[in-house]
Amino acid sequence: MSGFQSNNAVIKWIEHRMPIFSFIDHSVGSGYPTPRNLSYMWNFGSLAGVTLVVMIVTGIMLAMQYTAHVDYAFDSVERIMRDVNYGWLIRYIHMNGASFFFIVVYIHIFRGLYYGSYKAPRELLWMLGVVILLLMMATAFMGYVLPWGQMSFWGAKVITNLFSAIPIFGEDIVVWLWGGFSVDNATLNRFYALHYLMPFIIVAVVVLHLWALHQFGSNNPIGIDAKGPQDKIPFHPYYTVKDAFGLGVFFVFFAAVVFYIPNYMGHPDNYIPANPLSTPAHIVPEWYFLPFYAILRAIPDKLMGVIAMFASIGILFILPWLDRSPVRSGRFRPLFRIFFILLMIDCVVLGFAGAKPPEGLWLIAGQLATAYYFIHFLVILPLLSVFETPRPLPTSIGEPVLKGGGSMAGAPAKPMEKA
Amino acid sequence: MRKGMMFGLAALAALSSGTMVTTSARAAGEAIPLPQHTWSFDGVFGSFDRASVQRGLQVYREACAVCHSLKYIAFRNLADLGYSEDEIKAMAAEVLILDGPDDDGEMFERDGRPADYFPSPFPNDKAAAASNGGAVPPDLSLMAKARPDGPNYIRALLIGYEDPPADFELAEGSNYNRYFPGHQIAMAAPLFEDGVEYADGTPATVEQMATDVANFLMWTAEPKLEERKGMGIKVIIFLLVFTGVLYAAKRKIWADVH
Repeated sequence: MSGFQSNNAVIKWIEHRMPIFSFIDHSVGSGYPTPRNLSYMWNFGSLAGVTLVVMIVTGIMLAMQYTAHVDYAFDSVERIMRDVNYGWLIRYIHMNGASFFFIVVYIHIFRGLYYGSYKAPRELLWMLGVVILLLMMATAFMGYVLPWGQMSFWGAKVITNLFSAIPIFGEDIVVWLWGGFSVDNATLNRFYALHYLMPFIIVAVVVLHLWALHQFGSNNPIGIDAKGPQDKIPFHPYYTVKDAFGLGVFFVFFAAVVFYIPNYMGHPDNYIPANPLSTPAHIVPEWYFLPFYAILRAIPDKLMGVIAMFASIGILFILPWLDRSPVRSGRFRPLFRIFFILLMIDCVVLGFAGAKPPEGLWLIAGQLATAYYFIHFLVILPLLSVFETPRPLPTSIGEPVLKGGGSMAGAPAKPMEKA
Repeated sequence: MRKGMMFGLAALAALSSGTMVTTSARAAGEAIPLPQHTWSFDGVFGSFDRASVQRGLQVYREACAVCHSLKYIAFRNLADLGYSEDEIKAMAAEVLILDGPDDDGEMFERDGRPADYFPSPFPNDKAAAASNGGAVPPDLSLMAKARPDGPNYIRALLIGYEDPPADFELAEGSNYNRYFPGHQIAMAAPLFEDGVEYADGTPATVEQMATDVANFLMWTAEPKLEERKGMGIKVIIFLLVFTGVLYAAKRKIWADVH
């Protein structure tokens, strides 16, 4: 992990005036020491970064052909699909890229939850990640409005109407958001402007996220700090090649969807042009919003529902102070692991509840799952920090795990990741 | 040790696939299972059955076009279906297009050209509603993607006209259709045995015409389907090989760490 060295005269000339090469080297190069035992779960950060770039590139290409006007938006998208060279490809990549972005980021978040990546000293890193998630959700919501299909229009109407739940100012805020007295051309125009702007804000927060990451480096599957150089390997070439391989696998899945089932994750109603006079039978958001939609609808009171929905993400900001257990990795927390799995099941139940009309058993399931979601963070995690007895931690990343607390089935002798 | 994580991932995958199936099933209204036809465009190597799509175009022009527009399709697009330039010019010339204004500021009618889009049967939605008992016949260009299981839905709808069950109360001006959500559809049965005379001699049964129209409307909804599927194979083969190379590189580089 020595400083950056080069014999190339041009590189040395530039480096002397602006140390960009050593900056790159310290960011993703051989000058960035990384825990040697990162599993493939640690691939999803770089996958998210690449997906963000893919979205920005395809988005800019679409913007060159798209018309943000209620009379032309739908037609311009169809023109992209039919007459623009490879327009269908660019649009299907962008459209499914949003779904893949959320798949990757959700896995990234659950990895952080399981391995305690939010704990000291990485609280700010985690909180910046939550900010990125919120920005992504806003960007995805506004992007979905742009084709101006039925779900675009009615989704925009339902979500912007949530703000009318705010006491006193609610109605005024909604009119202000719309830029008029209904979801109309002004709304579409501002959503387009913001949809173009927000990815670049995401890029800025990603820079902060990486800055915070590089202060202490990655967490790792056993969650203990590196004791010395023997516990670390340089990011390049070890993790550059591992990330590249993971990226290849990711692109195979991405391509399979883009080329063979491009409309699978979409809703057929969005191929019907927006019609303010005809409400679809069921207004459902894109799949990645369904758990939050379920929380919103679980509470009979509109304002409380909105508060609960935002709180479900807001609670992640204080997670580092709710889970006080000194042990990071779920591998050494027998009770935490059980509750972690329950939380995942809970989120899946919320997703299904969000897809169903809020009535009958699915409404009750959504309400129970909503209650459990908050109980997990507000009650279970704080109590676990006190009552759980963690299994003994290994002494270092590079050494075998101490065999304590009985042997779990399939437990590897070494914590090190096998390729 | 990583089982918890893996289980969760499987659950998340189930979430994404499961909810999609349920949402699209729900959007169909009542769950009426559609008869499933085997389409030539299904599957990794799927392509359009040109003869069937051409017959579907004929049915559209002779039966559907009286009420339904097809506004995203231009005559020039028919080249994709195997029509020659002269055939396309001849088909376009059969319609009158309102053009203008000319140098005197007057609108005028002229014969269609390949660059023209299919003319709509009504000048606007109000006129369409007025002529159809208040219901606007929807544009058909995207119908195969705008309904869950679109091609099967179109085919089922067209063969689904039958007498209502004895206890079914049919509203005035409605028609009973087994596959339409709610069973009451404003559109009267549009296809009749031998309603068109196919140029290739195929017997024009209702089921044959319904299948041909569904094939045609899948093409109008997704005209780049063949290009997409053809490119997909090449892209995925490349990615698999390249990812294999990356895996080998990863193994080699990591050999000294393990």
